[in-house]
Amino acid sequence: MIHLLSIADLSKVQAISILDTAQELARVSDSPMKKLPTLRGRTIVNLFAEDSTRTRISFEAAAKRLSADVINFSAKGSSVSKGESLKDTAQTLQAMGADAVIIRHSASGAAQRLADSQWMSGSVINAGDGTHEHPSQALLDAFTIRAHLSFGKEDLSGIRVAIVGDVLHSRVARSNVLLLTKLGAHVTLVAPPTLLPVGVESWPVDISYDFDSVIEGVDVVMMLRVQLERMGDLFFPNAREYSRYFGLHAERMKKLKPTTIIMHPGPMNRGLEITADCADSARSVILEQVANGVSVRMAILYLLLAGGMELSQ
Amino acid sequence: MSQSQYLLTGLTLPDGSLSEILIADAQILQIAEKITPKDDLRVIDFKGAIVLPGLVDLHTHLREPGREDSETVLSGSMAGSKGGYVAVSAMANTSPVADTAGVVEQVFRLGQEAGFVDVFPIGAVTAGLEGKTLSEMGAMADSRARVRVFSDDGHCVSDPLVMRRALEYVKKFNGVIAQHAQDPRLTQGSQMNEGEISSRLGLKGWPAVAEEAIIARDVLLADHVKSRLHICHVTTAGGVEIIRWAKARGFQVTAEVTPHHLLLTDETALTYDPIYKVNPPLRTERDVMALREALADGTIDIVATDHAPHPSESKECEWQEAAFGMLGLETAMSIVYQTMVTTGLLSWQGVAERMSITPARIGGYVDHGQSLLAHTKANLTIFDPQSRTLVDRDRVASRSRNTPFHGMEIAGEVIATFFNGSPTLLDGKLLPTVRRSS
Repeated sequence: MIHLLSIADLSKVQAISILDTAQELARVSDSPMKKLPTLRGRTIVNLFAEDSTRTRISFEAAAKRLSADVINFSAKGSSVSKGESLKDTAQTLQAMGADAVIIRHSASGAAQRLADSQWMSGSVINAGDGTHEHPSQALLDAFTIRAHLSFGKEDLSGIRVAIVGDVLHSRVARSNVLLLTKLGAHVTLVAPPTLLPVGVESWPVDISYDFDSVIEGVDVVMMLRVQLERMGDLFFPNAREYSRYFGLHAERMKKLKPTTIIMHPGPMNRGLEITADCADSARSVILEQVANGVSVRMAILYLLLAGGMELSQ
Repeated sequence: MSQSQYLLTGLTLPDGSLSEILIADAQILQIAEKITPKDDLRVIDFKGAIVLPGLVDLHTHLREPGREDSETVLSGSMAGSKGGYVAVSAMANTSPVADTAGVVEQVFRLGQEAGFVDVFPIGAVTAGLEGKTLSEMGAMADSRARVRVFSDDGHCVSDPLVMRRALEYVKKFNGVIAQHAQDPRLTQGSQMNEGEISSRLGLKGWPAVAEEAIIARDVLLADHVKSRLHICHVTTAGGVEIIRWAKARGFQVTAEVTPHHLLLTDETALTYDPIYKVNPPLRTERDVMALREALADGTIDIVATDHAPHPSESKECEWQEAAFGMLGLETAMSIVYQTMVTTGLLSWQGVAERMSITPARIGGYVDHGQSLLAHTKANLTIFDPQSRTLVDRDRVASRSRNTPFHGMEIAGEVIATFFNGSPTLLDGKLLPTVRRSS
């Protein structure tokens, strides 16, 4: 039984192996014939209990390039009270003979629940669970950083990364903190104190409330999406003040080192956490992240379903 | 109709002395080192077992009326007997809510009919548990159920004025307000203890201060109006400190801790298995140690189970969708033995006080919580500390299976329970009910 539930379950060697495999597979994506026969006859279910078009189509493209059969299952409103339970959904997928389930869910821990339960026996791949983790996003981010800044090294040692914004509610931040530090990078979280979780002191990162004091020294600026619906929950006074202190705009971008890259997991709130001139600048690798996402997800599927790699028990 | 007579031998009293107990007519007739048996007497040997005054639970969810799929007064009573209890206190959050004399009398009567334990209904503080207007507490106090404990448990009486008025009002009949201390604004959508573990798991945090702020406010209110306050399920080291402070000033405050908060921590959430989801949440190792010390030194007066049955579908789901609560009655005694007695923190006399004498006193339950003396009601719990029990959720007396201790081997076993002079549990087995209530 092999799953990808959390970056915490990966060793450094395993993480690097995924990145290396993704690099190999990226060549397939660049060739005119984009398909490999590796997963022919295998059934992969995209179980998306929360809207996410980009992650779903990225996984779908990855699975199809490996010749797997893909079933898209969007179960909106996943709670017991709202309709079909996760247990019933899982048992249904089991009955259909799914070899792997890629799950996106609004509840933290939903992927682990699926994997630990006796409800189904296939592989479980976490495509984002609540405010917990988004492992494939972190892997594609690490892949993108490595391609730009590692100068041939297999890991990210010595690279300084600022992750900026709503860390409290961000599964992307949690997975990236685990993965980037595992790969040797130095991570600073930049956020208003209200958007950092109590307990963040135990994370292997530096914390700053002052974007400007951090920005000059970093190699990567990773901006996080600010959920507009958080505005009513007293996390910050208003959008203008948030942008002023924690947004990336042209003035701030000028302070970056020449080699520093700008990342964003998408979808962006242009004008809130990042202005258009930054998002569309030559430093921005945001579209590369999207392209790399397919290669990294191919690597995950390949290693879990065909490569026999023991990612986690 | 003459009741059976029993001679119980081989027992160790809470003070450590060996004793035999003669039971007749629902009373302890004689208690002595050696009793000569007479005719027509059933002799039962309990060599090596401890005898305690029958356990009294001040915090039990029996779910009837309304959620008979998860528990009934009968099944909950049986779970109580199996855990060594002779009295339980049925919380008010049923459907309909126990906020009128009619509902509390119904629950009381169901308890009498079940006949395994005395069921003392707890009345709601506010109508419909809505926190807005006082329920008819006087009518419930004057009803046949004789309610003295009032609680909106499951909800905090968060409005300070409502809490003040409730504390004042229950002085009329020497009642007590049992507060579920949880600031609702600080815990909106909260899922587990807020700290290192919640930060990693991405589950919404439940800060200790949400509990402590209410405890602090309410001890001050209780002192101001000179009334009685009971704090339900204390979980934090900080809450303990506030209660200690209040008691040192002579405020009329008592407090309870649950068995699960004496043993389990928030690290259990790392499994994302909602069997560990409970309100208030499991806290840290530091809190657990503070709670044990507080129970030992009397800052926390009693152990109460917060027995909270839920059907399996309420737990076989994602953490954030799952119901709060865990079973407690059948394992409480062993957990207390394991966490408090084997660790040297509490004597058997201390256990008798924390689990029988003091809860009965707080609830005003006459016939319960009496020290083991001749001519008192024969309500007894007999516990074998040498035995070990493997907890099996498929073999519980409760109608629900949500025990967090499933698969765990726990120390000791309740081997017999005597309620009003008759065994309800013998050799670890429940006995079919005859009308036992006096």
